[in-house]
Amino acid sequence: MRADASRLGLRTVALGYLALLLVAPVGLVFYRTFEHGLAPAWNSVTTPEAQHAFWLTIVMVAIAVPANTLFGIGFALLLERTRIRGKAILNALVDLPFAISPVVVGLALILVWGRDGWFGGLHWQVIFSTPGMVLATIFVSLPFVVREVAPVLREIGTDQEEAATTLGASPWQTFWRVTLPAIRWGVAYGVILTTARALGEFGAVSVVSGKLAGETQTLTLHVEDRFQAFDLTGAYAAAVVLALLALSVILSMTLLDRRRKDA
Amino acid sequence: MSPPADSAALQLPGRASRGPRTSAGLAAPAGALAVAWLSLIVLIPLAAVVARSLDGGTGAFWHAVTAPEARAALKLTVLVSLAVTAINIATGTLIAWVLVRDEFRGKRIVNALIDLPFALPTIVAGLTLLALYGPKGPLGISVAYAWTGVVLALLFVTLPFVVRSVQPVLIELDRDMEDAAASLGANRFTTFRRIVLPNLVPAITAGAGLAFARALGEFGSVVLISGNVPFKTEVASVYIFGRIESDAIGSAAAVSVVLLVFSLVLLAGVSALASRWSRYAR
Amino acid sequence: MAIEVHGVSKRFGDFVALDDVSLTVPDGSLTALLGPSGGGKSTLLRVIAGLEVADSGDVRIGGESMGDVPARKRGVGLVFQHYAAFKHMTVRDNVGFGLRIRRRPKPEVTARVDELLALVHLHGLADRYPSQLSGGQRQRMALARALAVEPRVLLLDEPFGALDARVRAELREWLRRLHEEVHVTTIFVTHDQEEAMEVAEQIAVINEGRLEQVGRPSDLYESPANPFVMGFVGPVNRIGESWVRPHDVELLLDRREGTTEALVDRVVRLGFEVRVTLTLADGTALSAQLTRAEVEELELEPGQIVHVRPHRSTVFSPA
Repeated sequence: MRADASRLGLRTVALGYLALLLVAPVGLVFYRTFEHGLAPAWNSVTTPEAQHAFWLTIVMVAIAVPANTLFGIGFALLLERTRIRGKAILNALVDLPFAISPVVVGLALILVWGRDGWFGGLHWQVIFSTPGMVLATIFVSLPFVVREVAPVLREIGTDQEEAATTLGASPWQTFWRVTLPAIRWGVAYGVILTTARALGEFGAVSVVSGKLAGETQTLTLHVEDRFQAFDLTGAYAAAVVLALLALSVILSMTLLDRRRKDA
Repeated sequence: MSPPADSAALQLPGRASRGPRTSAGLAAPAGALAVAWLSLIVLIPLAAVVARSLDGGTGAFWHAVTAPEARAALKLTVLVSLAVTAINIATGTLIAWVLVRDEFRGKRIVNALIDLPFALPTIVAGLTLLALYGPKGPLGISVAYAWTGVVLALLFVTLPFVVRSVQPVLIELDRDMEDAAASLGANRFTTFRRIVLPNLVPAITAGAGLAFARALGEFGSVVLISGNVPFKTEVASVYIFGRIESDAIGSAAAVSVVLLVFSLVLLAGVSALASRWSRYAR
Repeated sequence: MAIEVHGVSKRFGDFVALDDVSLTVPDGSLTALLGPSGGGKSTLLRVIAGLEVADSGDVRIGGESMGDVPARKRGVGLVFQHYAAFKHMTVRDNVGFGLRIRRRPKPEVTARVDELLALVHLHGLADRYPSQLSGGQRQRMALARALAVEPRVLLLDEPFGALDARVRAELREWLRRLHEEVHVTTIFVTHDQEEAMEVAEQIAVINEGRLEQVGRPSDLYESPANPFVMGFVGPVNRIGESWVRPHDVELLLDRREGTTEALVDRVVRLGFEVRVTLTLADGTALSAQLTRAEVEELELEPGQIVHVRPHRSTVFSPA
């Protein structure tokens, strides 16, 4: 049938596009990484620099994710459970990090925390050091939890919380026993997105890092560093580590999506 | 379970803004902290960029953004972003349609894969594209150090926006409408163009707006593949990066503000359109 | 405990939800707040519960002013139209929530929950989640949850509003019996006059934020205070300045004293009851409620001219 032919045609174009744009390039990097066996790849990701970069990335995630989760829940409560004015503006402001180039984020942090910056007089080494990179990571991954939690809060409404209140629960008890369990899948989804962004941030971190190998290099910076040093094996191996993390992020998103729909 | 129609009317005046919210005891202090945090992390730094760009007066600002290299970078950025957005409108809508209306083995995996550009670090995206489409790639074709390489990198990172924005609308779209059109004698293409597409326009616009804003500021995926040749493949974010490295902070700030204004105006426009359309929806 | 509401007003922006409402609900009574949607009855319930703060006026429960008492310390049990079930807790945990908040010892909680589940006929479903229950079961669970903490007053906000007609009828009857058993002062909000008439001992009619009338169901029906109440508690015709219930319209074949000519438009036979719609000479539409026997005796047909006269009518003095 003609209809089926056109359907098949559209499917081929769509899948072909995805294959050429996503699958083939990522697949090739996996192939290149392991074409000479596991050993060279393993050796490249276990150099002291690579290990340090890995741990620094973990530090970024370990600080940015809890910070943005707390912020995100608080901000979502503000948007959905209070009656303050100017909510539309706050709602737009929280999305700013999505609209800003990572390089501009880095520049902004230098202008505030750099030696000549607004808060430069505090004599606290932020720029070209871990705190600056943490701030950059927090900046770029800030909106995710808010964006996931706010719609859930709106959807569940206030009935359950009001019921808890009339049953004698304090605001704190209501939050822990009723609100938080009700938004938990939204929080989890937001945490995953925040983690992915924190793991992968490059531009903003790059600007404020000073790029000192073994000191201020995260995994993404390490990938670039290896590439610029013509160490393709090292670059590919580190990229594969990040790609595997990305794939596990996607897997958890898919699994969570099903939980969310069941809930 | 949907509430009876009359109770919806009841909720209009009352529920939109009502009494001591049960979690208000928590929401007020938590919200105040959150706003302080937002200011410290995001708003104050951005204000610093704007302030710094105007440090030397408007003359210096103008001089910085009209410097030949800056102008070339901004022009290239806008042009490739437009091209990438146009391609995304077509491919994104197509992919969404295939994911919703077609059935084939492995569809779930393909669907999950759409999020890969969101999850994959941009530098890794750039590296993988360079591996396949770079000078040492197995295909013998190279888009590296050319504007086509920039387009390719931006296509990679902006892929999910239109797809993820169109997909839910297509799922919710009433198929009775299409059946009605078909029963009135419209062929499949006419049905799509006259019935489906008009319903998708708001979602496509929203997705395209996000993709465009993302393309304007993209850095990590572009930096390796473009080669960053001034006047040729250097996009605005790379130019700003170079200015920072050469300690020309004022000029970096000025071009940053231009980029910032572009994407804010764009996103404001898209959300204004969205709120206008939402009045006609349903 | 008696509930006294004194001069309560509440606005939301420009919208006046409650306008100087005063009402006394006697100890142990079952009172309905009846009125059209958006008329303020839910707001009044929420003010009593402490979920809404009145702009002015006072609420007393058991003689004690609630002005500074937060919702969680008022000792009210509140039941919502959409159940407000804690979706992530089992039925048992839902019902025991208030007791656990009060840190009652575990055996006591278990015993009390079992007792309440028996009372609302949910004993077999203690370990289910709300999503596994029907609407009627969820609402009974919500009621048990509210009763578990031995509230001083029980407030129900359109408790049967989201249920289908058959379950509604069942639960009404059941609520009446439950009230006789538990005997806690109860207010329930409804926009359904039949529900209010059937369940309540006292009805307060609220419209556009004002209290129109308070009284026993029969008082409201027999001597409504104004046309609104008359129209809201049952169908009504208006003939000139007087208001007549359809069952008080008498149809005659011949002209007599006090009759008016009318044209029969439609005769709808609903079994025992027959509804007749008519048009008077001046164009006024009129409906009459007759029994089957009466209609057969008159041999009513559409297009026929009959003579109508009210058995009984009400004239309201202009307000």
